Amino acid sequence: MLEAIILTIITAATPLLLAATGELVVEKSGVLNLGVEGMMVMGAVAGFAVTISTGSPLLGIVGGAIAGMLVSLIFAFVTLTLVANQVASGLALTLFGLGLSGLMGESFVGQPGIKLQSLHVPGLIDLPFVGKILFGQDLLVYLSFAAVFGVSWFLNRTRAGLILRAVGDNHTSAHALGYSVVGVRYLAVIFGGAMAGLGGAYLSVAYTPLWVENMTAGRGWIALALVVFASWIPWRAAIGAYLFGAVTVLQLHTQALGIGFPSQFLAMLPYLATVIVLVAISGNRRATLFNTPSSLGKSFVPDR
Amino acid sequence: MMRLELVKRSEKSRLMSVLSPVVAVALTVVFAGMVFAAQGHNPLTGIWYFFLEPITSLWGVEQLITKATPLVIIALGLSVCYLSNNWNIGAEGQLTIGAIVGSILPILFPDFVNPVVLPLMLLMAMAGGALFALIPAKLKTVFGTNEILTSLMLVYCSNLFLDWMVRGPWRSPQGYNFPITVDFHEWAVLNAVDVGGVYLNLSAPIALLLVIVLAVVMRSTLKGFEIRVLGQSPRAGAFAGFSNRRMTAFAFALSGALAGLAGMMVVMSEIGKLQPVISPGYGFTAIIVAFLGRLNPIGILIAGLVIASSYLGGEAIQTSLQMSSKLATVIQGVLLFFVLAADTLILYKVRLVPGREGEGAHA
Amino acid sequence: MGEGTGDSTGEMLRRVGGDTPLLEVRHVTKRFGSFTANDSVSLKIMPGEIHALLGENGAGKSTLVKIIYGSLQPNSGGVFWKGRPVTVSSPAEARALGVGMVFQHFSLFEAMTVAENIALALPNCRATGELSDTIARVSANYGLPLDPNAHIADLSVGERQRVEIVRCLLQNPELIIMDEPTSVLTPQEADQLFVTLRRLAAEGCAILYISHRLEEVRALCHHATIMRRAKVVAETDPARETVNTLAQLMVGNQITRVVRERGKLGPEAILLKGLTQVSQEAFGVSLKDIDLSVRAGEIVAIAGIAGNGQKELFDALSGEEPLEKEDMVIFAGEAAGLMDINERRLLGAAFVPEERLGHGAVPALKLSENVVLTRHGTGEGIARRGFTRFGKAGRIVETVTSLFDVRKGVLDPEARSLSGGNLQKFVVGREVERTPKILFVAQPTWGVDAGAAAVIRQSLIDLSRKGAAILVISQDLDEIFEIADRIAVISRGHLSKAEDADTLTPEKVGLLMAGGAEKKGAAAA
Repeated sequence: MLEAIILTIITAATPLLLAATGELVVEKSGVLNLGVEGMMVMGAVAGFAVTISTGSPLLGIVGGAIAGMLVSLIFAFVTLTLVANQVASGLALTLFGLGLSGLMGESFVGQPGIKLQSLHVPGLIDLPFVGKILFGQDLLVYLSFAAVFGVSWFLNRTRAGLILRAVGDNHTSAHALGYSVVGVRYLAVIFGGAMAGLGGAYLSVAYTPLWVENMTAGRGWIALALVVFASWIPWRAAIGAYLFGAVTVLQLHTQALGIGFPSQFLAMLPYLATVIVLVAISGNRRATLFNTPSSLGKSFVPDR
Repeated sequence: MMRLELVKRSEKSRLMSVLSPVVAVALTVVFAGMVFAAQGHNPLTGIWYFFLEPITSLWGVEQLITKATPLVIIALGLSVCYLSNNWNIGAEGQLTIGAIVGSILPILFPDFVNPVVLPLMLLMAMAGGALFALIPAKLKTVFGTNEILTSLMLVYCSNLFLDWMVRGPWRSPQGYNFPITVDFHEWAVLNAVDVGGVYLNLSAPIALLLVIVLAVVMRSTLKGFEIRVLGQSPRAGAFAGFSNRRMTAFAFALSGALAGLAGMMVVMSEIGKLQPVISPGYGFTAIIVAFLGRLNPIGILIAGLVIASSYLGGEAIQTSLQMSSKLATVIQGVLLFFVLAADTLILYKVRLVPGREGEGAHA
Repeated sequence: MGEGTGDSTGEMLRRVGGDTPLLEVRHVTKRFGSFTANDSVSLKIMPGEIHALLGENGAGKSTLVKIIYGSLQPNSGGVFWKGRPVTVSSPAEARALGVGMVFQHFSLFEAMTVAENIALALPNCRATGELSDTIARVSANYGLPLDPNAHIADLSVGERQRVEIVRCLLQNPELIIMDEPTSVLTPQEADQLFVTLRRLAAEGCAILYISHRLEEVRALCHHATIMRRAKVVAETDPARETVNTLAQLMVGNQITRVVRERGKLGPEAILLKGLTQVSQEAFGVSLKDIDLSVRAGEIVAIAGIAGNGQKELFDALSGEEPLEKEDMVIFAGEAAGLMDINERRLLGAAFVPEERLGHGAVPALKLSENVVLTRHGTGEGIARRGFTRFGKAGRIVETVTSLFDVRKGVLDPEARSLSGGNLQKFVVGREVERTPKILFVAQPTWGVDAGAAAVIRQSLIDLSRKGAAILVISQDLDEIFEIADRIAVISRGHLSKAEDADTLTPEKVGLLMAGGAEKKGAAAA
């Protein structure tokens, strides 16, 4: 029973974690991309489309990441090259992604998909309790772990990560030192797009191998909230994602137990939890201030 | 290789302020033409069916006004929010809660049939929308919580709440188990009147009146000045003696009230009862309308009509070209991108220059 | 000390290698749109030379420096390094050549450590323990002690400058550019800096020293290039000039001296009694038990290094930050501590904040709208029954424009299109035109050219002699001694007793700025 619960928590948390780690890097570079939902849903539809047309869920995942990257490029061009308002452009990306995915996915509605196979390490998977949790997951779950460690290492231990943080902390100074503020931010936004696309593809290829319009159901926004919750520290985003996974599972299990509690209220739980978590975290303003990238959401135009 | 270079103008370009939405619409038409061509249609035919054919009939004009009305009303409220730097993106939820609160009268008091019901319902809907919008506003001013995320999360909650209401406590006993409430009585609906061949109800003149009122407020009152100052520079606003906290509450309450009003009027004129879905995403589309109208009341009126025509265009290409009506939402999204991109022209001159980025290489 | 080291490497290099300049700029022109910032500017720097670049704000010094450092590209003209023509297309290339820069507005990253900040300026370097050791060694060696693991946000202004200098030194530069390095230092800190600079020059490193402070240029620099209105107008040996002749060269012949005579003192108009306030901000300064009185007809100045509570004090005086008790601030006999800013304005008070754009004025609003900003609640009828009367505000713009000689292109431009000096004249003029009884001004002439500064300072003196009580918060000691009748010093939220300006010297004020202003026993807190 407990093993089953942990397995469901992991599956529910993985798409959030993938998208949140990507957005964390984007925000560390000083860009606020509110279009995570749009990039995720594009990843979901592209992942599904590629999977059923090639028969390969692995290619589907790659397709999802590429779709996320492509739409993130639109955002990057509008906000970084044309210095449009980042908040409004992020909303535009979400609305555009939801519309385009609906259009692209119209013919896939109701079609069965192909599920991404889980790893099966013979022997190890039969270990009691931890076997399936550690050795029986699908590729993207391991990738999400790797992303958390990788991003953490990148930001704190590499020179490129140092430059990225510098650009997010003070873009004028970074420019004065000769770093390409816009270039660094382009790369960060594209990485964020790829990760959101992966998160979306996970939904339509591994979580529920189906295409349903708007199937991200606000997960992109929850991922954004996770970045705030994590105060821009990768491992905290992982904790947050698993907490949300737990809330989702709680909702499913309460429903299964058939207590006379209206299902709609249970379905509200993840959204309400997001609000509560955001309120709780904003109590600690000092810590938030110190970790918030100072240039977050501000456009940069160099003097010529 | 060529790249774009921005040169800051010393003053806003008045010409570009007017021209930039036109440029954006023109680019969108070109984009749509390319989509039609890609789908094997003559682009001009597609553009005709999508943008123009729907408004060639009186019935089309009527539909256009009906669709534009809630968009304009909601976008007016949102424009006050965005101008004052309050990012309310939960109008869809405020619309839903407003409609639920206003519907208390005809659903719970079906015997209270009286002309006062109509204005009472509208007022209750406004109060409901305003109070619901005050939740993210208060969370922002008291705890510093990001209003974008909270206002959006509450949309999901409100839609689920409506779903529960119409399937649970408010489900009509005569509804054959469908998730609907009882039909509203005669004083709880808005009837259409023949205006020169076009059937219109009260909501369109209300929208027009709101446009005029807000235009006056923004242009020549201290409140309008306060909205603009606090949005552009909160510190200068405080120096003028204006309160950022009060403005957040005001802007959210106003936009919530207008969203609630719009939602109630949609229910009262088009549906006549509550059901699980009462809006085709008016609250979100109004965001596009607000920006396309450059957050200016008159601009919003025009933008509302433009966006409403894209809904009709979606239906038109479905019937005449057998294309998906979902193309309409894509075109709306593209339009918003073009609007935001074209706005750059107001503050900057854009030049195409040869060579690499002038910032230099990585160290 | 530097004068005595006649046989040092620097002296030798300057004498022996005299024919090949380390850096030469030939006929550089740089235009921004229709505005020419550098007009055929030429400059030569010899190895081991401390070379002054003098000029007013807006003379084109910063543009020239950015071209040398690779942040900007000239439209025409060339840069030569050790006699060879070079294209410096980025700061990284400048650093590779051996040019380092210490910025006026520090280019540091607040949320990062000293070591990380330094690593960012060195090629292919990460913030490792090895780097930290090097930083500690070099900084101690040059008398600039630093903790490599400290976060920039926690450092004082002087310490931040040390980070900039050490960062520069670790690149082993042959030329260091210093942009107004002493503008943020106490006189004592500045003296310490000069010791370091002379030592560097003695070791053979050339220094391009940008300043408008003539005394220190005379004392420190071997050579001076003087710019005015985008052109080089003179080259000279500053030691052979007087402050006055240098000033003549810098400003042309249009220097206006401020005239100040003792005014007639009236009753006490501003009274601060035990003004105490705990800062709510992450890196804010708390105000500690501040007492001060200003009488009608006098100007009292508060000196101090930036970040010692000036911003907090201004907000407490203006009412932007509410106070605990109403009698902590008394204006014209009325307890104003709990009033908001417009209620205080109705008592006859007026305010000019430090930041022109974004606090004193909204950048994208027209001047007339910026008049409404501070005068809609002063009972002058600019707002009536909720409606604003922009026409009336427009007439005030006209009066201020002619009184203060505000230069603008169109009748009612956006605030951001005005130059710094003109906008500052407008922001001060907007309040002075009201003839307030009480005026608070923070940094009245920060970053403003000498002409505008003289107009503004004279207007403050004239206003006070008409019977207004004026409190000026400033970092500029020259300005303070020019206009103030009495001077107090703020240091870490404490305010020293205001003393008669005639009994004080800049050195004495400098000591107070460095911490002497704090009340006994409170320094430990």
